[in-house]
Amino acid sequence: MSSGIDLQGSFIQILEGLGLPHGVAKVVWIPLPMVIIVGAVTVLALVSTWLERKISAAAQQRIGPEYMGPLGMLVPVADVVKLLFKENMLPAKTDPWLFVLAPILVFIPVFLSYLIVPFGQNLVITNLSVGVFLWISLSSIAPIGLLMAGYASNNKYSLLGGLRAAAQSISYEIPLALAVLAVVMMSNSLSTIDIVAQQADYGILSWNVWRQPVGFLIFWIAALAEAERMPFDLPEAEEELVAGYQTEYGAVRFMLFYAGSYANLVLSCFLIAVLYLGGWESPIPVSLLASWLGVSESTAWLQVITASLGIVMTLFKTYLMIFIAILLRWTVPRVRIDQLLDLGWKFLLPVSLVNLLLTAGLKLAFPVAFGG
Amino acid sequence: MNLADGVQLVSFAVLAAMMLGAALGVVLLANIVYSAFLLGLVFVSMSGMYILLNAGFVAAAQVLIYVGAVNVLILFGIMLVNKREDFAPVKNVWLGRAATGAVCLGLFALLGTMILATPWVISIAPPAGDDAMVVIGKHFFSDFLLPFELASVLLLMAMIGAIVLARRDLLPDELADQDGREPPVALKLPERPRELISGKK
Repeated sequence: MSSGIDLQGSFIQILEGLGLPHGVAKVVWIPLPMVIIVGAVTVLALVSTWLERKISAAAQQRIGPEYMGPLGMLVPVADVVKLLFKENMLPAKTDPWLFVLAPILVFIPVFLSYLIVPFGQNLVITNLSVGVFLWISLSSIAPIGLLMAGYASNNKYSLLGGLRAAAQSISYEIPLALAVLAVVMMSNSLSTIDIVAQQADYGILSWNVWRQPVGFLIFWIAALAEAERMPFDLPEAEEELVAGYQTEYGAVRFMLFYAGSYANLVLSCFLIAVLYLGGWESPIPVSLLASWLGVSESTAWLQVITASLGIVMTLFKTYLMIFIAILLRWTVPRVRIDQLLDLGWKFLLPVSLVNLLLTAGLKLAFPVAFGG
Repeated sequence: MNLADGVQLVSFAVLAAMMLGAALGVVLLANIVYSAFLLGLVFVSMSGMYILLNAGFVAAAQVLIYVGAVNVLILFGIMLVNKREDFAPVKNVWLGRAATGAVCLGLFALLGTMILATPWVISIAPPAGDDAMVVIGKHFFSDFLLPFELASVLLLMAMIGAIVLARRDLLPDELADQDGREPPVALKLPERPRELISGKK
């Protein structure tokens, strides 16, 4: 496997060519990927709100936003501008400190989790050895922010929404972690880069979704529940709880919740693409195509194509999953809270345990196919 | 001192200040909800310390278990029994507070002497770093097998206890039966006879 393009090395070289010392060039480099990722994630989340509008309209045989920009693409921008200029008010008898802190606490862990999302062999902020485990542990912070919002709002609907969110998050975290554990067991590593590299050998045939069909479904259900998407959006069930923990929020603080929830959906879909759908790998491996055409893998233009194809593939798989999530939201009715907890504890948990056990057994029996 | 050392020193100072401040807040604040939230901050700063010590896996586990599970459950418990009640002032409060202070100071002195008395030999072995998970796993299944298994038995006991406590089902039909005639003598929750106990009789 070639190392691909070394962006950091070439960037530092360019700066050194401009006469900067090595240390300064490195300092300039450090914040750059993070800023790019934060910007990109914001754009991706905005795109998924636009998709939500368009797909929901299509599901209900409407047209949806049309006149704001081409195909209504400027609606998310208008949303942001409106929310930014709204008055940032504090409802009476709230707890001012916790009320302000809660949306930030929900927002930051989601954006921090993008540390480990790879867009290509070297297109990742850090290749941490704890990888997906970092995501699982960061996503467990969010319920604290939701409980904080529910408590600080001094509103019974908010408190109920916050408690529901915490209960839901606790019960679906366990099947989620067990499904991830089965994948980790097959690739012998928690690092997202290694997990993708392990699925790279035979193109689409070596993707984890074929080896872990049950784990894929468990992960998908649990990820939808963690992102509070439709069949499981009890914490903000409009008919019962007004808007759950967000009831008292407006302006920028509401925007943080909103952006956080969409960024979380995008993140879950990214991780599905990485864990089960081969990440940045294309269905037919690029190296195979190159060998058919007789092009060496270290050719410069081929590496540029591979890198851009990796980004396109990751985004394509991610948005495919987002499309399915949105379609689910507009076709499936909401479950009740007791059904939700029953599904989590009595069905998903045992099934994911069996899945883990089977994976371990298959790994011992067929080390070739299940990562010895 | 190069850049990395400077960053490390500053983050250590920030984390230590955050941890001490939050820990004092947990103990000294009157509002129990604030205490619970600050406890989460203490756990997060501890995980930051682990990151500074090159123990990334332990740091992530710290956040997952202590912040994500323990602290959320504590908050959950507080919010489910959140009864805004002003407690009547007790006489001689200072006595209790003084006793608590004395116990805490004693504990602090004990731990302080332990820290000072232990010869802290700095290990010269290379840190496990990224292989920490493998090392931890091997220890769990060799020389730390007994504590590991005992902890799981303890968790099982706690889980069964929680199920027994939670399975007191209300019987709405019995309540409806009694409605027409005499009201129940005492105001207590009608419970289905639990099989665990009735089986023994």
